[in-house]
Amino acid sequence: MNKPLPTLTLKDFASDQEVRWCPGCGDYAILKTLQKLMPELDRPRENQVFVSGIGCSSRFPYYMNTFGFHTIHGRAPAIATGVKLANPELDVWVITGDGDGFSIGGNHMLHVLRRNVDLQILLFNNEIYGLTKGQYSPTSQPGTRSPSSPMGSVDAPLSPCLVALGAGATFIARSIDTEAKHLSGVVADSHAHKGAAFVEILQNCPIYNDGVFEQVKDKKLAPDFRVEVEHGEPIIFGKDREKAITLDRESLSLKVIEVAGNEERVLVHDQHNKVLAQLLAAMSGPEFPVAVGVIYREVKPSFIDDSMNQLGLARDKAASLEALLYSGHTWTVK
Amino acid sequence: MDLAEEELNEHHLDENRVVDVVVRFAGDSGDGMQLTGANFTQATALYGNDLSTFPDFPAEIRAPVGATFGVSAFQIYFGAEDVTTAGDALDVLVAMNPAALVTNIANLVDSGLVIVDSGAFTAKNLAKARYDSNPLEDNTLDAYRVLSIDISQQVLNAVEPFGLSHKDALRCKNMWTLGLVMWLFDRDRQPTIENLKKKFAGKPDIANANIAALNAGHAYGETAELPAGIHVYKIPKAKVAPGTYRNITGTTALAWGLIAGSELAQIDILFASYPITPASNLLHELSNRREFRINTFQAEDEIAAVCAAIGASFAGSLGVTSSAGPGIALKAEGIALAAAAELPLVVVNTQRGGPSTGLPTKTEQSDLNMAMFGRHGDTPIPVIASSTSTDCFDVAVEAVRLATKYMTPVMLLSDGYLANAAEPWQIPDVAAMQGFPVQHHSEIEGFKPSLRNAETLARVWPKPGTAGLEHRIGGIERSYETGDISYDPANHQKMTDLRKNKVDGIAKDIPLQEVCLGNDSGKLAVVGWGSTFGAIHQAVKRCREEGLDVSHIQIRYLAPFPANLGELLSGFDAVLVPEMNTGQLVRLLRSEFLIDADALNKVAGQPFKIGEVIAAIHEKFADMQQL
Ligand code: SF4
Repeated sequence: MNKPLPTLTLKDFASDQEVRWCPGCGDYAILKTLQKLMPELDRPRENQVFVSGIGCSSRFPYYMNTFGFHTIHGRAPAIATGVKLANPELDVWVITGDGDGFSIGGNHMLHVLRRNVDLQILLFNNEIYGLTKGQYSPTSQPGTRSPSSPMGSVDAPLSPCLVALGAGATFIARSIDTEAKHLSGVVADSHAHKGAAFVEILQNCPIYNDGVFEQVKDKKLAPDFRVEVEHGEPIIFGKDREKAITLDRESLSLKVIEVAGNEERVLVHDQHNKVLAQLLAAMSGPEFPVAVGVIYREVKPSFIDDSMNQLGLARDKAASLEALLYSGHTWTVK
Repeated sequence: MDLAEEELNEHHLDENRVVDVVVRFAGDSGDGMQLTGANFTQATALYGNDLSTFPDFPAEIRAPVGATFGVSAFQIYFGAEDVTTAGDALDVLVAMNPAALVTNIANLVDSGLVIVDSGAFTAKNLAKARYDSNPLEDNTLDAYRVLSIDISQQVLNAVEPFGLSHKDALRCKNMWTLGLVMWLFDRDRQPTIENLKKKFAGKPDIANANIAALNAGHAYGETAELPAGIHVYKIPKAKVAPGTYRNITGTTALAWGLIAGSELAQIDILFASYPITPASNLLHELSNRREFRINTFQAEDEIAAVCAAIGASFAGSLGVTSSAGPGIALKAEGIALAAAAELPLVVVNTQRGGPSTGLPTKTEQSDLNMAMFGRHGDTPIPVIASSTSTDCFDVAVEAVRLATKYMTPVMLLSDGYLANAAEPWQIPDVAAMQGFPVQHHSEIEGFKPSLRNAETLARVWPKPGTAGLEHRIGGIERSYETGDISYDPANHQKMTDLRKNKVDGIAKDIPLQEVCLGNDSGKLAVVGWGSTFGAIHQAVKRCREEGLDVSHIQIRYLAPFPANLGELLSGFDAVLVPEMNTGQLVRLLRSEFLIDADALNKVAGQPFKIGEVIAAIHEKFADMQQL
């Protein structure tokens, strides 16, 4: 029955549409990485569905030669839930951005995560509204000057990974647009996860917010400002891997230490530890390196599995429309 | 036209041969009036009368005991002839406390019968109902036949053997009262006894106490010395077409219609909804019917509900969503996406009093404008409305047919009255129903997501999971030729025209408008839509009996209108449109057909009375005579 899948390549996942992002946009790199990864996932192409909302990132489905639905602002998680409920066989991907996913669509994001709907949610975070020409977003740093905040924004930003954690997400990861290998690994992990997998991708918008992630992306700076966390591995960074993260037990907070002489104090990443996940997700520069990799993972029943189990039980009952119409009290007039 | 009411001058209980009666059970929201009404309805149907019911709930779940705003009532009109409304005025009022009496007595006809629980007419309860003196002791009720019984005490005596707490014992009051009313109209108690046994299966004492109370109430009628003019009324059976019948509310009929639609279309339905009064019961009913091709999803909000439904439709199922006015407003952006992407979707609006929270438990027809025009862009969608509780079944089937055949969102309008009102329904023959199986697109050769049926103009429906049919769609304007994104001006014109022509074309696929009572042309057509059916029908029937040349036209298809509607209306000298809004259909008819239609409007949260429609018909004829 299980026909071997035809061998597909990157080309098979590229649609015939002209890609319309600005030159140099981080979205290009993400698209390439996804197109390259898809054949490796070894799943039928016709079972891949990309659903997006509105924004630069949400153009993504047009460029994937799979099933794609470019919908309305902020609602992709809800639409994707409907797709997956209608056909659990499909791999459903949600492509969203910081404005789409956490501003107008914040409510749906919250609920799709707490329900643990089996979706891969890739959130391209560029800390700005690109498509509407550069207004500050819910992840913009305070003081961001934009057309709608000429004196600098006064809003406190939210952290996508922390919100996801608070919402009860069972898979939380962070990666970077141009780090193809890392991104590909994290997305593959998200695909393998049962339930809602949330991936924040730090994405550079060269037009409206160029360089916001410079420290974590720049080859020279990144070793000091970024740490790749991996389950079971010590959390070490720095050009010469000379720095590490430790837990200060007094204050229940993380600290940066020198590895030398402190080997036994170096924290080992445990992706199943929610408290640790929270501390790691919250790390930000310049004091701390930004954590990338799978920050949190939890095995939990998925919404789709539970719903389908219930549906299966319900369908064990014989269904006859005629019997339904005649159920309860009836009377016959001769 | 101003709303006026002609008293129907009907005193049913005084007729030599009593052929129909209106009874209203009213009490505190905790008094179990809805359950009482439901059991009486069942007994009445089994007896063989035609009937129509109207449950009237307070907005508060549990208002303070004895408060006027906590009165819950259940009205039933039953008789030997066709009954299409719950009745204008009451012949029998059952008032379980002063609040129920004060809020309902004005509707009782002179010499009508009022049954009260004198035990509940305490100083405290009288004060809550703002009675200065006890109406049972002054002349307030002089115009009526009064049956004042200390029901509380009667019940306590009747259920004493079961050792219930005082509170639990008093909760059997409604069954005692039901027993008495059943005696009054010669109804069979057995089905109620069975219901009680089932309802309290785990609590035999409670079941037995309720049954004892029911029997005691009945026995009281049989044995007590009753005032003159109070005796058993035997209402002749209605002449109804042979067949098997059941009682059904609009909500249940709508739910079952969706189930039938899924079977006839051979498609799975995802029903995605968010709780809202008075639409939630549809979600409840369908959540209990997942053995059929139905799955239900309670979304986080109204927007998510419509979006999940659209997602299901993209995936090849039929998405259905449901709400009341405020929720439908929130869904508007999603509905337009389904229209733009040409995906099927059924949107059920159980209308309630608006604007804003308005009157959530009361009925209204004020969302027609929103159904027709409440979207951004030029976004036509078909709009259909059910006229009676039982009609909800057929209309739901039709919504499924139109949505899947034309790949379009369909708006189905019901309202709070239809949702809760029950009437007897001749159970249709399932085997005789015409199927309309959905064909998902399967041809890979030459596939484009923009392919469409030349006749219906419906876009193809390719299902994810089908190899070779990978494609992208969305809310951005699509090229007519390829389905890809297109910003071309001429293409947008073409697609806009296409969306309009597709919906307009449905007029060829729906029945021509018929006249449901009266001639096909003549002096006056009374045109209705939705739940005004019952009152209009009775009013027209009575006016025709007087010899007036008046016809009743009830419109199911509001967008597009039936192809012959304009011509049909032009055959009448005058057109009168009663609506529970400020004149929404009438404006459509005027602008569409350039006719001088007259509006009769009522926005009181209550259905039209027959007498109100009759008054308007009489006024219309008087006007015409003067011309
Ligand atoms: S505006 Fe920024 S995010 Fe949008 S396409 Fe251009 S570079 Fe990319």
